[in-house]
Amino acid sequence: MNSMVSLKVNGLPVEVNATPDTPLLWVLRDHLGLTGTKFGCGIGQCGACTVHLDGNPVRSCVLPISAVKGEITTIEAVGETAAGKRVQAAWLSLEVVQCGYCQSGQIMSAAALIARNARPNDEDIDAAMSGNLCRCCTYPRIRAAIKAA
Amino acid sequence: MQTYGAIGEDALPDKARRRFLTAGALLIGFALARPLRAFEREPDLAAIGALDAAATGFNGFVPDGFIRIGVDGRIVLVVPSVEMGQGIATGEAMMIAEELEVGLDQVEVALAPADLHAYTQSLLKAQATGGSTSVRAFFIPLRQAGAAARTMLIGAAAERWRVPPAECVVVRGVITHERTGRTLTYGAVASAARRQPMPTEVSLKPVSQFKLIGKPAKRVDTAAKVNGIARFGIDTIVEGMRVAAIAMCPTIDGRLRSLDERASRALPGVVDILRIDDAVAVVGENYWTAKLGLDLLKIEWDEGPHATLTSATLAASLRSAQGTPIKGSLTGDPDRVIQEGGKRRIEATYDLPYLAHAALEPINTTIHVRPDACDIWVGTQVPEIARMVAAEIIGLPPDKVIVRNHLIGGGFGRRLAVDTIQQAARFGMQVSYPLKILWTREQDIQHDRFRPAYHDTIAAALGKDGLPTAWTHRTRCSTVRSYYDRKPWPQDRLDPDAVAGAADLPYAIPALRSEWVRQDGPVALNWWRGVGETHNVFVVESFLDELAHAVGQDPVAYRRAMLGKNSRSLAVLNKAAQLSGWSKPLPPRRARGISLHDSFGTHAALVMEVEVDTQGEVLLRRATAAVDCGIAVNPDSVFAQIEGGVLFGLSAALYNGITFANGRVQQSNFHNYRQIRMNEVPPFEVFVMPSEEKPGGLGEVGTVSAAPALANAIFAATGVRLRALPIDRRALGAKGMQS
Repeated sequence: MNSMVSLKVNGLPVEVNATPDTPLLWVLRDHLGLTGTKFGCGIGQCGACTVHLDGNPVRSCVLPISAVKGEITTIEAVGETAAGKRVQAAWLSLEVVQCGYCQSGQIMSAAALIARNARPNDEDIDAAMSGNLCRCCTYPRIRAAIKAA
Repeated sequence: MQTYGAIGEDALPDKARRRFLTAGALLIGFALARPLRAFEREPDLAAIGALDAAATGFNGFVPDGFIRIGVDGRIVLVVPSVEMGQGIATGEAMMIAEELEVGLDQVEVALAPADLHAYTQSLLKAQATGGSTSVRAFFIPLRQAGAAARTMLIGAAAERWRVPPAECVVVRGVITHERTGRTLTYGAVASAARRQPMPTEVSLKPVSQFKLIGKPAKRVDTAAKVNGIARFGIDTIVEGMRVAAIAMCPTIDGRLRSLDERASRALPGVVDILRIDDAVAVVGENYWTAKLGLDLLKIEWDEGPHATLTSATLAASLRSAQGTPIKGSLTGDPDRVIQEGGKRRIEATYDLPYLAHAALEPINTTIHVRPDACDIWVGTQVPEIARMVAAEIIGLPPDKVIVRNHLIGGGFGRRLAVDTIQQAARFGMQVSYPLKILWTREQDIQHDRFRPAYHDTIAAALGKDGLPTAWTHRTRCSTVRSYYDRKPWPQDRLDPDAVAGAADLPYAIPALRSEWVRQDGPVALNWWRGVGETHNVFVVESFLDELAHAVGQDPVAYRRAMLGKNSRSLAVLNKAAQLSGWSKPLPPRRARGISLHDSFGTHAALVMEVEVDTQGEVLLRRATAAVDCGIAVNPDSVFAQIEGGVLFGLSAALYNGITFANGRVQQSNFHNYRQIRMNEVPPFEVFVMPSEEKPGGLGEVGTVSAAPALANAIFAATGVRLRALPIDRRALGAKGMQS
């Protein structure tokens, strides 16, 4: 059954009329029009739907809105954080992107990494980024951009 | 740089916001307003969709399908190929801008609408993007278009000044009469240029005068892809739109038998339940509601004639295919040479699996069918075919169907097929509102149109020097053409794709035959990145490696000895070997393998260095590629395509094969259709040979190189020759224990 659920998204309070088990991904995309967060697999395997919950990367495709306790940041607003801004700038400067479909999720994972570890090494990058698939396989440039961010 | 930016449809974020308010979401001061960025909106079809400027309402100069110059100075370049990551929107814009004499920072770039006359390309003979053809097909026509438009704009300025056009020059869209120093912008002569005659002949700049081509350029689509603004087909939001979740018959050629929809209908938010022959759609106010409604359906399928299909039966029928071989190529008399070869005769068979494309953007189409017209929002590699098939199903003239093409979230060939758009049309024509159809990841994999499976038999006779004196290669497979063409491919006609990469080798072999035995089956097929070459080059380059090892020769030296006059291939072979440290010793179970091929007009060599642990796990340690693609239009994109293409091919070789049991595809999502991830990716070096030769294709080159270099490295590390993909770790582990 639908009910009103209160969320805080990109710094703004919103109320959404949806069933509590609705994954956050679909609330962002269908209710709020924030289509930068992508649907890729629906089972938390590809990372295209990654958003921040209180700064931590989470897979929004498997996170029901009833379980969201905290503040959500999406790709549309991550550039307003220091780490997000650095990551986006590095992505542009190294021309990371190909088709671009996974890159919202890649940038969200990378921004969360950079926020807690400004100088990640290769192992840190592997640990933080291996949950994000890129079918164009831009991985070498993602690694380089994180190091440059 | 501005792309799609200032084009004037209603601002979609506002429209979206209104819709969400009416849909029940209470948004407090929710602001999406930001500066317009690249690819954030749909193309303005009024501006780009017609060749006749008067008919479009576009106020300016519209010489052809590719260039629009507004009286306000706005410059829109319409690129004919679709952007799906390969960087073609940037590359094609560079070709036009080079001769038009404008900077990429001065132009808006838009993807072409469906228009057979304006955008058919010479290699595919269709308005299509695929087969690494775009740069090759458009390198001359787009520069000619730029030069013709420049000539007409200069002509208009010269006429106004009453001076000879030859006295005028253009820099960054500003025409200068050199003698008097007078200037006019392109915008200022846009109206007058319409009255200039279209030049029948234009001369193009020599390579030495290129300002854009050959220099690394920033992609025109990058900015919108790092902040969530880029709009893919799946991001379509239109007023009044509803969203469908669907169920499809799990078996090939099955049908819907019965449906109990009562529970689903009772769910609040479910709008409609629609049926077609082999699928059901639950339409909801949003996707999640539709999906909950779908879960409540009770569906029975008539599973049809292939309900017991298995991979074993498919493979058996392929291996035993007895059709008349169709010639791919023939040089000399290879049968006689092989017969006389005695002991120096080597033969092998190779098997390759069906593959899904598994692009990250799942299949989706949004369609709005009205009595007199239809709009389709989708990402397609074949806009004109999409329009035609939708028009047929709906019963509208094709020109009443508007295909609003989008950036594609990974194509790899999948969006060359229009089965998904046909399905959307069948559902969409049952309702009056705009309907978005969204497949799940599981449906995207299981209802893909697959890369064909192959069974190859290959044999060679070796001369005294160990090099092949004769070579025969028989490929058994079906043909994609029967699915793409929508009519059966004639039984006796060669599908060149079946022997691509086998019929014409980079090597000088005195007697060679390549042939195709056709074996059709029930599995629907499609091209996959690297097309025929990905399959055949794996067989050819693996087998060549077998021959080198059989006669105790170094695989690089062996290839070098066969390259004869093929100096471009020889150069990339040597370069890749040198950069990889080919002859430097490595620890046990760690080794290098090489592949070499000439495909899509490009020469490519790849050295893979791998380590195989005792469990049979393959660890990628290093990749080194050298390519000669002629003129590299945007060198940065060349590097990107080789890196990405190789890793894409490795991912499939390491993990992927589509299998069938009980008529059903057994793989479903990324947990069991695994893909390469960040932690598996090795250091990667790419060298691009400087060249002024005509440009070759690139999107698929790296993928072709990948699997043979990998398998050859695995052999060098373990002594195990893998003649089937994906790699069999059990074979590698067992052997590892012995050695």
